[in-house]
Amino acid sequence: MALSEKEVRYVAELAHLKLSDEEVRRFLPQLDSVLQYVTKLNELDIKDVEPMAQVLVEGSADFALRSDATQKTFTPEEALSNAPERGDGLFRVPRVIEKE
Amino acid sequence: MDLTDLTLAEVRDLLKRKAVSAAELVRAHLERIECVDPEVRAYLTLSPERAMAQAVRVDRAIAAGEPVGPLAGVPTAVKDVILTRGVRTTCGSKILENYIAPYDATAVTRLEAAGACVLGKTNCDEFAMGSSTENSGFFPTHNPHDLTRVPGGSSGGSAAAVAAKLATVALGSDTGGSIRQPAALCEVAGMMGTYGRVSRFGLVAFASSLDHIGPFGRSVRDVAAVLKVIAGRDPNDSTSAEAPVPDYEFELEKDVSGMRVGVPKEYFAGLSSDIGDNIQNGIDRLGKLGCRIVSVSLPHTEYAVACYYLIATAEASSNLARYDGVRYGLRAQEYGDLREMYERTRDTGFGPEVKRRIMLGTYALSSGYYDAYYLRAQKVRSLLARDFTEAFEHAEVIVAPTSPVPAFKLGERTEDPLQMYLADIYTVTASLAGIPGISVPCGRTPGDAAKGQPALPVGMQLLARHFDEARLLNVAYAFEQTGGFDLQ
Repeated sequence: MALSEKEVRYVAELAHLKLSDEEVRRFLPQLDSVLQYVTKLNELDIKDVEPMAQVLVEGSADFALRSDATQKTFTPEEALSNAPERGDGLFRVPRVIEKE
Repeated sequence: MDLTDLTLAEVRDLLKRKAVSAAELVRAHLERIECVDPEVRAYLTLSPERAMAQAVRVDRAIAAGEPVGPLAGVPTAVKDVILTRGVRTTCGSKILENYIAPYDATAVTRLEAAGACVLGKTNCDEFAMGSSTENSGFFPTHNPHDLTRVPGGSSGGSAAAVAAKLATVALGSDTGGSIRQPAALCEVAGMMGTYGRVSRFGLVAFASSLDHIGPFGRSVRDVAAVLKVIAGRDPNDSTSAEAPVPDYEFELEKDVSGMRVGVPKEYFAGLSSDIGDNIQNGIDRLGKLGCRIVSVSLPHTEYAVACYYLIATAEASSNLARYDGVRYGLRAQEYGDLREMYERTRDTGFGPEVKRRIMLGTYALSSGYYDAYYLRAQKVRSLLARDFTEAFEHAEVIVAPTSPVPAFKLGERTEDPLQMYLADIYTVTASLAGIPGISVPCGRTPGDAAKGQPALPVGMQLLARHFDEARLLNVAYAFEQTGGFDLQ
């Protein structure tokens, strides 16, 4: 196995996922088998190949920016309509900055 | 006359002759949903008031002799990853269980402007991640042809709704095959246009460089009519294409004789005869239409699944970072600090497949692994795209299977994610290259009554050059005319 339990926990932390011990045990072999499989790409010589980040084809190449004009957008009420917690026209979150 | 049996073209004709009203069409579908959907489970949320209000508008316009749109009165289902203002939009995820979309996706706005009646939102794999609709955070959808089997995925609810006559047409989304594969497994037509052909505004992002919205229908003409309505430039999606939208319906009946149809040899090595024999039969039919069948090569095909699952998961891990319990969606009940709120929210809200993909994507993008995984995959993507460019020098259209397997049993494949991923081999290639593809029904597997094996639908996939959707639909339509979709 190329992947370790420690790495799974580290990646979960990067991804802001709190995995249970049971989940870590279950995901480890599954993720490992996928990662082993994708090493298949190492068989190819890609030295002189450009990476393709987007499908850029004729006809869709016009990425001109729109004019910087004001347009209709959400009202504060609409923007807050799905907030799990709100107050005073704002999203409420747990304290981020600790008091001295 | 069974109103749920009609194609879009028939609906149009009957409305025009005032033989039926849009309200009657909507009511007939809602009644059938009530009766059949408890078994199929295609819908997550119904929007009967919205559908009926639209039907009344259409009927009034017709009564007043006013012109109506090309989709007037057509009962339509929308996959639940596509936003519908004021209607719950869950993406099949517990994290958005109570999310009410504050705006409509452009595709939905265009559908309704053309007169379509949106019946409701269809089930899917959570955030469109899966090939069976079993990854829905709510319940699996059942294949209408055999309720013990999956409808495919991720747009399994939309495919099943159209197949079970719970909607005339439907919208789905396709990132690596999520329209084409369920279309094949449910015996309907399903299409993904060129990347950028249809605006993604209001499509909840999974993998932004691969995501598409596209139509399902019970005929190629229906698919063409819906695509015509939803395609075209949208200022709200900077990647939507300026290219003019042809009248796909008008182009359907062109002669296809002399058209070169390429058969990629790599797609048939190791293909089971259950599927392969039907596709060969389909190719023979295209030959009889006067198409010139030529052999083409897509040499990097065997690398496509690995390439796709690195790019799609990397983009997904980034896109799904937004589910943090702050602005919308679920927030965990108990937590200490901010960090714990994020973690508990995401752990409670996401299902196992979404977590796996976020983990894979995060790993592939993480420091020290970026070049080895993500950058390498992007380079291989170039090679896969180049394969198609070269193959299209020898053929106008490429023909392939859609899925290497027919509909499988519910629960049969959930424990081995890699095996599930490998079955996407024939659909991820076009997604990576950004070319359009359509799946049309092409016979059934032989089945074995003695062993209790039913004859299951097989899908044939047609692919074309960028923005050559008209030709793709033209060939699919000609194929359909050779005896309907059922080649038995």
